[in-house]
Amino acid sequence: MKAPEVTVIDYGVGNLLSVQRGLEHCGARVIVTEDPKLILAATKLVLPGVGAFGNAMQALAALGLIEVIREVAERGTPLLGICLGMQLLLEESDEFGITAGLGLIPGRVIPVPTKALSGKEHKIPHIGWSALHASAASESWSGTLMENNQTGEAAYFVHSFMAVPTDPAHIIAGCLYGGHFIPGVIGRDQITGCQFHPEKSGEVGLKILRRFILQ
Amino acid sequence: MASGSCAIRICLRTNKFIVLRNIRLIARLDIKGPNLIKGIHLEGLRVIGSPNEYALRYYQQGADELIYMDCVASLYGRNHLGDIIRSAAKNIFVPMTVGGGIRSVEDATNILRAGADKVAVNTAAVSNPKLINEISRRFGSQCMVLSIEAKEVGKDLWEVYTNNGRERTGLDVIDWVKRGVAKGAGEVLLTSVDREGTRKGFDIALVRAVTAEISVPVIACGGMGKPEDLVDVVNMGHADAVAMADILHYNRSDIGEIRAVAKESGMGVRDYESA
Repeated sequence: MKAPEVTVIDYGVGNLLSVQRGLEHCGARVIVTEDPKLILAATKLVLPGVGAFGNAMQALAALGLIEVIREVAERGTPLLGICLGMQLLLEESDEFGITAGLGLIPGRVIPVPTKALSGKEHKIPHIGWSALHASAASESWSGTLMENNQTGEAAYFVHSFMAVPTDPAHIIAGCLYGGHFIPGVIGRDQITGCQFHPEKSGEVGLKILRRFILQ
Repeated sequence: MASGSCAIRICLRTNKFIVLRNIRLIARLDIKGPNLIKGIHLEGLRVIGSPNEYALRYYQQGADELIYMDCVASLYGRNHLGDIIRSAAKNIFVPMTVGGGIRSVEDATNILRAGADKVAVNTAAVSNPKLINEISRRFGSQCMVLSIEAKEVGKDLWEVYTNNGRERTGLDVIDWVKRGVAKGAGEVLLTSVDREGTRKGFDIALVRAVTAEISVPVIACGGMGKPEDLVDVVNMGHADAVAMADILHYNRSDIGEIRAVAKESGMGVRDYESA
């Protein structure tokens, strides 16, 4: 069988090699590109990202990729946003002033609360392994990229902002940080976002990548 | 409706778990040339073996992160870990921090492109503190780990050393760590030169003095002789993570056993079942 092909968008931010290696490890043939033509032709698309929201949107705009990504996503091609790439899926972000995002999932990106529910200051960025749980709205993970994961499994998070969909039904899984619920996996149709790094979360993350590749 | 507050209030379906900050268990690999090595007080280096053989073993045991440190890079002015990291990125899927000889944003860029997630900077940050701002602004503070080699010079007094514990700087550890965090360091790797490789336990007073002053995560390093040492440095020193080398390299314990001891003590650690 021919290895399934995954296109990873290279727009100059973040550690693409790890995403690429993670996908390859899970059996994909990976194309890393900034070429709008190749991205339009993608059968599965990954939007990675580390850094600031505004810079990332500027970089995507400069490469002429904003409309391209919207088009690919809206025609139903599976799209996975990772970390900042997940946050970009939303409508706008509060990071360094309000910046518009891709608007593929209704909602906004806000800072992780600087205090725990107890009122005590806690550390920002939220860095480390946090256990994933279903949100109240998600009845089951079946049919999502989390289908093969178990509740309580931990994934590696590193972020100061969080993506908050307007519709709770778009939240698939999350973790608790200082008692606050932080969306960890969000999704609408074939569009999924992971706040944590599946390529850095050991077997727990590889299961998600495998499910993405084989869908 | 403020969408943010709405989603934050969503409760979880599973409500029977305790919320604890998870302490990270990190394997540290000191590298010289192509070899994994280990010293005492960062000196008298002995060859242990192939870095990626050990790294893969620790990944499979459930290490939460790996730290690679090029031990001679500062002396020669460059980091040679690119190839080792590129090869590690093929089969290791946890975060990797790389340090030793990172002197510029360009050095950081290169090592991040090779598959590293964070860079640890010590010597170059001391000689050029602006580098901390530059790396942090370019890649985010989560990427910029301030590595500090501390030597005790009096009661509750520690001096910053560079070049792998060889050179004194005259800087006070507490002053320096506060400056480093203000400049954008997102995490601190705190190595006690006095305890490093001795198996005598962590310098808890040092770790406690540093964690009391800063709000970013602190990785305690140097001296872990037995799994219980981790419990002490977390409970008394308030470390957020622990880096270990000797105890793993010489097979005196493994990450699974250390995780079990940590859990038993009531500490939050990642649930991990080895495949």
